[in-house]
Amino acid sequence: MDAILLQILNGLDKGAAYALIALGLTLIFGTLGVVNFAHGALFMLGAFCAVTVGKLVNYQVVTLDPTRTTPWGTPVEIRTPIVQEWFGDFGAFMVEYSVPLSILFAIPIMLLIGVIMERGLIQFFYKRPHADQILVTFGLAIVIQEIIKAQFGANPIPQAAPDLVAGSADIGVLLGFDPGTVVYPYWRIIYLLFSALLIGCVFAFLQFTTYGMVVRAGMADRETVGLLGINIQQRFTVVFGLAAVVAGLAGVMYTPILPPDYHMGMDFLVLSFVVVVVGGMGSLPGAVAAGLLLGVLQSFASMNEVKNILPGIDQIIIYLVAVVILLVRPRGLMGRKGVMES
Amino acid sequence: MSLFDDNVSRRGILKTGLVGAAVATAPFHFVRGAGAADYLNMPKGKSVIFGFNVPQTGAYADEGADELRAYKLAVQHINGEGDGGMLNTFTSKALKGNGVNGKKVEFVTGDTQTKSDAARASAKRMIEKDGAIMITGGSSSGVAIAVQGLCQEAGVIFMAGLTHSNDTTGKDKKANGFRHFFNTEMSGAALAPVLEKAFGTDRTAYHLTADYTWGWSQEGSIKKYTEKLGWNTASAVRTPLGAGDFSQYITPVLNSGADVLVLNHYGKDMVNSLTQAVQFGLRDKQVNGKDFAIVVPLYSRLMAQGAGKNVQGIFGSTNWHWSLQDEGSKAFVKSFGQAYGFPPSQAAHTCYVQAILYADACQRAGSFAPCDVGKALEGFKFDGMGNGATEYRAADHQCFKDVLVVKGKENPTTKFDVLEVVEVTPRAQVEYPPELLGGQLGSCNNGA
Repeated sequence: MDAILLQILNGLDKGAAYALIALGLTLIFGTLGVVNFAHGALFMLGAFCAVTVGKLVNYQVVTLDPTRTTPWGTPVEIRTPIVQEWFGDFGAFMVEYSVPLSILFAIPIMLLIGVIMERGLIQFFYKRPHADQILVTFGLAIVIQEIIKAQFGANPIPQAAPDLVAGSADIGVLLGFDPGTVVYPYWRIIYLLFSALLIGCVFAFLQFTTYGMVVRAGMADRETVGLLGINIQQRFTVVFGLAAVVAGLAGVMYTPILPPDYHMGMDFLVLSFVVVVVGGMGSLPGAVAAGLLLGVLQSFASMNEVKNILPGIDQIIIYLVAVVILLVRPRGLMGRKGVMES
Repeated sequence: MSLFDDNVSRRGILKTGLVGAAVATAPFHFVRGAGAADYLNMPKGKSVIFGFNVPQTGAYADEGADELRAYKLAVQHINGEGDGGMLNTFTSKALKGNGVNGKKVEFVTGDTQTKSDAARASAKRMIEKDGAIMITGGSSSGVAIAVQGLCQEAGVIFMAGLTHSNDTTGKDKKANGFRHFFNTEMSGAALAPVLEKAFGTDRTAYHLTADYTWGWSQEGSIKKYTEKLGWNTASAVRTPLGAGDFSQYITPVLNSGADVLVLNHYGKDMVNSLTQAVQFGLRDKQVNGKDFAIVVPLYSRLMAQGAGKNVQGIFGSTNWHWSLQDEGSKAFVKSFGQAYGFPPSQAAHTCYVQAILYADACQRAGSFAPCDVGKALEGFKFDGMGNGATEYRAADHQCFKDVLVVKGKENPTTKFDVLEVVEVTPRAQVEYPPELLGGQLGSCNNGA
């Protein structure tokens, strides 16, 4: 039972990341009709916002100590952390909480990146076939990856969670298990709650604001909304920016779980795209539900008991579900009738 | 009727006999020189081309970059530029700093991308289009085995880079392939006594293993040596290469009854699985009344930097470390550090040494013909290259030398200072009979 509970938590955690990326993917598909294969790169860029903030708050001034030499005979470098020296305790706080603080940095940056991406490139592909859109956005993702690699290198760059939440919570005790049997890292619990909050905010924005209502109306019937004199295109551009922010924040908060590297976006993109297909192209609740569902399924498929019966099932479970869904219900679990069915 | 022609005189027979004897007893290099014209990519001008096949893109690009830095340094030293590095400490004095066999060394590079097919394609291009006489480099056993096979078929020497699987010089060994780097068998033999000292003999291990040739090899060797100590193996779970999030593989460890987690992962997988294992509280856990332990059998300083403070106190093994204080290591660290501003990795070290050893073998053989160079490398004993007295064993083309057991440093002073050497395991302790790992070298191929 304890093992099952742990795998459910793992699955929800992983599924939350899939859901956040898939939410943006499906939002863009639903509004602009674009299949954005650069969406994983936005998740990665968000993670590198955290890396950048981490580097900034840990910025050190290097001076040389001519009295001491390195093993290769050059003077030893003395590194002084500037932020802590300038701001004292507040500087130390910024270093300690650099990952959560990165959210403040990532929101405007990711919004800007999203808007530039849509206005600068993707708008020219609205009326082109999906194959063209996939090619150009995939190419863009590779370009972004290579820029990040050139700037930050190929190796993962670890980002620490604040010490306060760096350990693990013995949640089993709260549920009546023996101490130490159901232990889960605090940061993963925070990630799960953060994802729920972010998904809630996106739904609330679309559901309860006039802006969101117009966007939803545009998703349902773009032409009619345009005839009412509303500049729906401008709103869709903002939606693209919003999707970029969601993916970016998912990336920021994921950094203490998975040390970011330039390729992390591509690793998540394929899975998130499958999530969108399973959930239903253009369906926001479908993306969230499918993300969580596939995350949990993937987690269970990795259990030794399951792998002993079906070796390698952990590698194919998500794709297996996608194949079954496409065969049985091509529009996805919660997709609109007609989408992917023609 | 005489058997001889009437014109055949005793003097004529003597003359013919003397000429025949002279040919038969001519110096070997004279005959060899005549045959040596017949090999692939025989250098005809004033230079000879080495092919450096390293990962320039992909997950091991940083290691590949370090390998390339080391190769460039080796070429400089062979050609007589720079401070000479390890040529000053190398016990063989065949190389004089004027190239190899009177030819200046030039090089071409290829990108393995850490993919076997891409690595073979780039090696093939360097051999066929660029005329490379030798291929070297790489950061993966899968790639090394694939490229080694290609070099054997083509008829050039392959000097393996960072490859740790037993198979490279075991079941997949080739007559044209040579490995300086150690292997998982040696890691197991070196680590076991240190693990026994640190954790005792009553332990239960849980293995997470990268699901490819190196991972299987590593798991097998560590299981073999830890079970000899008396340890039990609770489970050995294969994880996909590049899984990213290992949480679903780590959580079953919590209640498995195991008190040691062995991470048979390398590179990015090692960084991620170790980081996540620490996050799940495994390092601070107590099981069976003992402190839970994590072991990373193959360490890389570049990767240890990626895992940050999570490596602190965790044991592993490594081929070489820049903090070694022998004259060879000091000379290499000095050359590399002055050229690039930071210390070399173990990948850089093994690649530098392989380039020097190849050049030295060509010089001693007086030829670039693969079979002659192979003969010069087989059984070659040397020192001054950073791992003590070393031998290129003829039977399997594996270098035998001291192996380092290291531990993540508790209080690193710089970002490079992440590992400390806790034991230099003597060569005798890690040696094994060549037939242990199977395979056949086959025949050397000159390629023409």
